[in-house]
Amino acid sequence: MTQAGGHAATSPRFKDNAKAALADADLQNALKFVEVNFIARRREVADKLPEFEALRDSARDIKEHTLAHLDLYLEAYERRVVEQGGHVHYAVTGEDAQRIILDICRKFGARTVTKGKSMVAEEIGLNDFLEQNGVIPIETDLGEYIIQLRHEIPSHIIAPAVHLTKAQIEDDFRRVHTHLPRDRNLSEPTSLLAEARGVLREKFLAADVGITGANFLVAETGTSVIVTNEGNGDLTQTLPKAHIVLASIEKLVPTLEDLAQLLRVLARSATGQEMSVYTTLSTGPRRAGDPDGPGEYHVVLLDNGRSSMLAGEFRDMLRCIRCGACMNHCPVYHAVGGHAYGWVYPGPMGAVLTPSLIGIDKAGHLPNASTFCGRCEEVCPVRIPLPRMMRSWREREFERHLSPATVRSGIAFWGFFARRPRLYGFVTAIAARLLAFAGRARGRFSSLPLASGWTRYRDFPAPQGATFQAQWSAERGRTARPSSSGRDARAPGPP
Amino acid sequence: MTARDVTARDLILATIRRSLGVAGTEAPRRLEVTTRLSAHPSGVVPARGQLPPAARLDLFVRMVEGAAGTVERAAQAADIPAAVAAFLRGHNLPLAIRHGDDPLLAEVPWGRAGTLEIRRGASDGTDLAAVSHAFGAVAETGTLILTSGADNPTTLNFLPDVHIVVVNARDVASDFEAVMARLRERFGVGLMPRAVNMITGPSRSADIEQTLILGAHGPRKLHVIMVGDPSRPSGG
Repeated sequence: MTQAGGHAATSPRFKDNAKAALADADLQNALKFVEVNFIARRREVADKLPEFEALRDSARDIKEHTLAHLDLYLEAYERRVVEQGGHVHYAVTGEDAQRIILDICRKFGARTVTKGKSMVAEEIGLNDFLEQNGVIPIETDLGEYIIQLRHEIPSHIIAPAVHLTKAQIEDDFRRVHTHLPRDRNLSEPTSLLAEARGVLREKFLAADVGITGANFLVAETGTSVIVTNEGNGDLTQTLPKAHIVLASIEKLVPTLEDLAQLLRVLARSATGQEMSVYTTLSTGPRRAGDPDGPGEYHVVLLDNGRSSMLAGEFRDMLRCIRCGACMNHCPVYHAVGGHAYGWVYPGPMGAVLTPSLIGIDKAGHLPNASTFCGRCEEVCPVRIPLPRMMRSWREREFERHLSPATVRSGIAFWGFFARRPRLYGFVTAIAARLLAFAGRARGRFSSLPLASGWTRYRDFPAPQGATFQAQWSAERGRTARPSSSGRDARAPGPP
Repeated sequence: MTARDVTARDLILATIRRSLGVAGTEAPRRLEVTTRLSAHPSGVVPARGQLPPAARLDLFVRMVEGAAGTVERAAQAADIPAAVAAFLRGHNLPLAIRHGDDPLLAEVPWGRAGTLEIRRGASDGTDLAAVSHAFGAVAETGTLILTSGADNPTTLNFLPDVHIVVVNARDVASDFEAVMARLRERFGVGLMPRAVNMITGPSRSADIEQTLILGAHGPRKLHVIMVGDPSRPSGG
C-alpha cells in the first residue's frame, strides 16, 4: 500500500496496484459498503428535495462565476480577513505552504499541532514535513487518525479509512495505544470510537496550534467554512493559541447566500445527509471579550498549479467541492478502492485532477481507468464533465506518444475503418457472419485470436445475426421516414 | 506580510489574470463583483420551509429529530430550569450545567429547579452538560445557529457530553437565507462574529465500516428547548 512519505505517487503502477487490490480480501470486504450505502443514501435525500437538480445548476453557476472573477474575489476576501484581524499568506507551491505553516508553528513554539481533515494538506504532504521539522501533527478526524497510525494516505476523500475493516483498526489501536489495559474489549466500532475519543481529547487540550482545511471561503465576509460530522475540526480550531486554515484558491464563493446554495448540495451528495452536523463559519481571531477561540487566525492560500488550470480545458475541474459522489458511484472505484490510484485524489475526480497536479506522464493510467459509464457526471453536484475531461487526457497522452504501442496500433487500425463508414459496415458484417458461423455450435468462444485479454476471464459471445448498425438501419427503415435510412448515418462508435 | 508573500500574491494574481485573459482593471468586471457582493442575490430557496409559523415549527422539530436530536417545547423562559433538570435526571446525569453570559440565560430563574449547580463561562473540558442560547434556527434542515462570544462561548458547543440549546420559537426561520439576513442585521454588512456554528444533531462518525455512531468528538446528545407559544410566534 502507498506510504505517506512525501506522497510519492504510485500512479504509474496503477495496473499492478489494481491487481493487488482485487486480490486483497480485506479491501474487497470493506469496499462492499461503499456501493450499497453511499448511493442509496444520496438517492434518498436527493429525492426528498424537489429543488435538488435546480440547486446543482445554481452551484455550478456560482463556482463558474467565481472562477471567472477569481482575482477580484481573492482581493475582496483578503481585505475582509485582514479587516477582522486575520492574516493571509499566499503559497505558489506546496513547499511554500509547508514553510509558511512551519514558521507560524515555530512562532508559537508548537510541539504538537492538531489537524482537521484537509485534502490540501494531504496534497502537499504536510504531516511528513512538520514531523521532519520537529512538530508533531495529530490527525483528529477518526478516519484520518486511523490512516495516520498506519502511515497511509486516504483511500477516499470523505471517508479516508473506508478501505479498512474493524479488525484491522483494532490491531492498530492495540499496537499504538499501549498505555491502555490489554484485556479491553475493542471488538465493536462503538468501543473503537470511544477509545479514539478519549485519546484525542487529551491531544485537543494540549495542542499549541490547530490546522484545518476549508470547504469554502466567503469573499463577502472573509470567512472560512469547514463542514464535519465529528466536531473534531471545531475542537482543532477553537482550543489552541492559533488557527491555521490551509485552503486552495478555488474554494472561494462570493456571498453567504452562495454558500447556502453550495451547502444544500454538499452534504446530500457526499454522505446523503440533509446537512452535515457541524458547519462552522470562522472569521478572524478571538475578539475583545471572547472567552475562547484562537488568539491568531492565519489563512494559507495555495495555488499549486490551479491558476494555470483556469486557462485550459480542465478549468471545470476547479468547480469541484470534494464531495466524493463521483467515486461513490464509480464501478472502477468500487472494484479497486482508492489506494490503487496511487495518489491523494482517487476516483473520477482524481483521474482528472491528478494528471494536472503531478503530470500526465506519471498519472496516464488514471484517465484510462474508466468505463465511461457516465455516472460520475450524472451525480456531480457542480456538473463537472468528468468523462469528457478523462477523454481529453487520453487524447493528450496519445498525442504525446505516452500510450503503449499496442494501444496506439489498435486505435490506428480501428481509426482507419472508422473514417470509412461503408468499408466499416462491410468488414464488420463479414466479421460478424464469420464469428457467428465459427461459434454456431456453442454460441460462445472460450478463446479467440487477439482477444485473449477478454477470453482469459470470460467467454466471448458469438454474434447472433446482423451487426448493430445493420439492425439499426433496418429498424429505422421500418419505423421512420423512408428517406432517412442510411444516408445520415454517423461515423460508427468504438466497438 | 513578508516580501516573499507579496511576491507570491502578485505572482498568483498575475497567473490568474493571464489565464482568464484579463488585466484586473476592467470596469464592467469589477462592477459585476462589487454588485454581487453588495446585492448578495438568493439562489434557489427550497419550498420545504416556506410554511405558516406553526407548521414551520413542526417541520423544525421533525428535522432535528431526523438528525438524532431531541426537542421539547416550553411556553416561557421561566420553564427552562425545570426542563433542563428533567432532561438531566432522565439521563442519569449530575444536576450541573455551564452557560455563558447570555442575557436570557442569566435571567432564567435557575433556583426553581432545586439543586441545579450553575457554572459560568467557557468550558475547560470537565463539564458534562452545557446550555446555550441559539442566535436562530433553520426549519428546512433542523439546524441551530450559534454565534461565538462571552454570551455563548464556542467551547460549550463541543466539549460537554450533553449540549442543551435554547431557541426562541420566533427565531426559527424558514431557510438559511433568512438567517444570513439576520446575521448582517446584527453584526453589520460584511462583518461576522468569530464563529458561527451551524449545528444539525449530535456529533457522529461513520469512519469505521460506515457504521454510524453518535458522540464522536463533540456532544453525544443534543437537546433543544424551544421557547414560546408555538401557535403564535411573533415573527422571524
